[in-house]
Amino acid sequence: MKPCALSLRCRPWRGRDGFKSTERGGARVAQKLSLQQWIAQAEEKNLTFAMFCLQRQAADLETTEAAILARMEALLPVMRDSIQAGLQGHRSVGGLVGGDAAKMAAYGAECPGNSVVGPVLADAVTMALAVGEANASMGRIVAAPTAGSSGVLPAVLFALGKSRRLSNKQLAEGLLVAGAIGMVIASRATLSGAAGGCQAECGAAAAMAAGAAVDLCGGKPAQVGDAVAMALKNMLGLVCDPVAGLVEVPCVKRNAGAAAQALVAAEMALAGVTSVIPVDEVIDAMGSIGAALPAALRETARGGLADTPTGREWAKRLFAGKGEGNSTET
Amino acid sequence: MNIFDVIGPVMIGPSSSHTAGAVRLGNVARLILGEAVMEARIGLHGSFAETHRGHGTDRALVAGLLGWATDDLRIPNSFEFAETAGLAVTFSDINLGELAHPNSVRFNLIGQAGTRSDVTGASIGGGRVQVTRVDDFPVELTGDFATLLVTHHDQPGVISLVTAVLGQQGINIAQMRVSREQKGARALMVLETDQTVTDEALRAIAALPPVERARRIQID
Repeated sequence: MKPCALSLRCRPWRGRDGFKSTERGGARVAQKLSLQQWIAQAEEKNLTFAMFCLQRQAADLETTEAAILARMEALLPVMRDSIQAGLQGHRSVGGLVGGDAAKMAAYGAECPGNSVVGPVLADAVTMALAVGEANASMGRIVAAPTAGSSGVLPAVLFALGKSRRLSNKQLAEGLLVAGAIGMVIASRATLSGAAGGCQAECGAAAAMAAGAAVDLCGGKPAQVGDAVAMALKNMLGLVCDPVAGLVEVPCVKRNAGAAAQALVAAEMALAGVTSVIPVDEVIDAMGSIGAALPAALRETARGGLADTPTGREWAKRLFAGKGEGNSTET
Repeated sequence: MNIFDVIGPVMIGPSSSHTAGAVRLGNVARLILGEAVMEARIGLHGSFAETHRGHGTDRALVAGLLGWATDDLRIPNSFEFAETAGLAVTFSDINLGELAHPNSVRFNLIGQAGTRSDVTGASIGGGRVQVTRVDDFPVELTGDFATLLVTHHDQPGVISLVTAVLGQQGINIAQMRVSREQKGARALMVLETDQTVTDEALRAIAALPPVERARRIQID
């Protein structure tokens, strides 16, 4: 068979990652975005980082600022529902997780004064586990940036929203800031665990949530950049080693850990702590660390926790059930 | 990638590649068949074969064949809905070779009117998909653009007949690829267009003498 007699491309090529790319000497190079550049532009125009992102996105997507905010705001109820769904304690499809968010909520309700970390972080941990568990039980979630890391951003936003009485419009601005940060990470590094390990999923989610938190708490654009840099730095090197290849262990609890890293970084940035390594360079480092990770530690379930005796045992048990037991054949 | 690809999509968990991408593969396969699916033999390759149960990949593929969206809350129960709809599904593990993407699937579909289509594709991350084979033709199809599939007899002038119809309707071609079984035999044209292919254009193309079948693929 002759594979192809004619092949025409008449528009800027879109890579697998969906980026518009430009042909350069035969190689297709995705356009790299710069968070530092955006931060400098926001400060120059004396805008909050959320307002800068809003103006930029409206221009990019050829729509109004109100339309962008409305679309972001429409995602909030989906996120809220996913928290509620997770708190029901449904068991996951693989059966490894479920019920931990409910335990956290019960502990908080029973003895609020006993929290080791205080109400904001306790709430964030509960919500991150809830979304992670909802995701693992085939519930509806907002991928942010991925399904496996979908608990981090809602946890940080709604925990702060509760303690600071933030409006839906403010939370939507937080989503916008987080999304803009995620776009930069995607363009300079990756948002895929298979390509870059968990640092690219939960790490990126922590960075996005940290930046959003700083902006929501009144931080300057430069402080947003520092929070992103510090959150991501504290997640560098994190491998993707899911037991039995499922988005359950350790993914759900890593969402809680990433939410904590986001809040820690936001707290430091708001206090004026700065990152020695500029944010774009931290993102680039995440990308090169991801590329250097062996394949066994990039979502293949062949290394790390997946390759522990217990991890292997779970995989064996789950795969042994193939074609029998609670059969899913129709 | 735009900002709503980062914050989004809204989807049924647990995995964008194993669940959302699987729904989308089912959607594209259904549109390639061009009618309601009555029988589906689904072959799972690589990671899809190994972990499809824990990710609900199997239920997501069936949901896609039923034409559902990636955030449809019925996805976990798609098998029951398929049974009610009279869609018979069987799964098997297949080996598409070393070069195939680990998240690959092959559908052998039979439709309501007896039409058959074989579709092979992969979930390539973040819920995005790529169809690599339709029947015996290698293709590159993502479903991101409006796409027209034209099966035709390989003879001079067919391309200009098809593109003339699109031109008259003001439909601009973004990408185009033609492949054939052998010289002078059956051929497949895949056209990605900037505008939706209208019913009128689709009918006019299907009516061209060398054209055997014209199908339109558009998701969302």
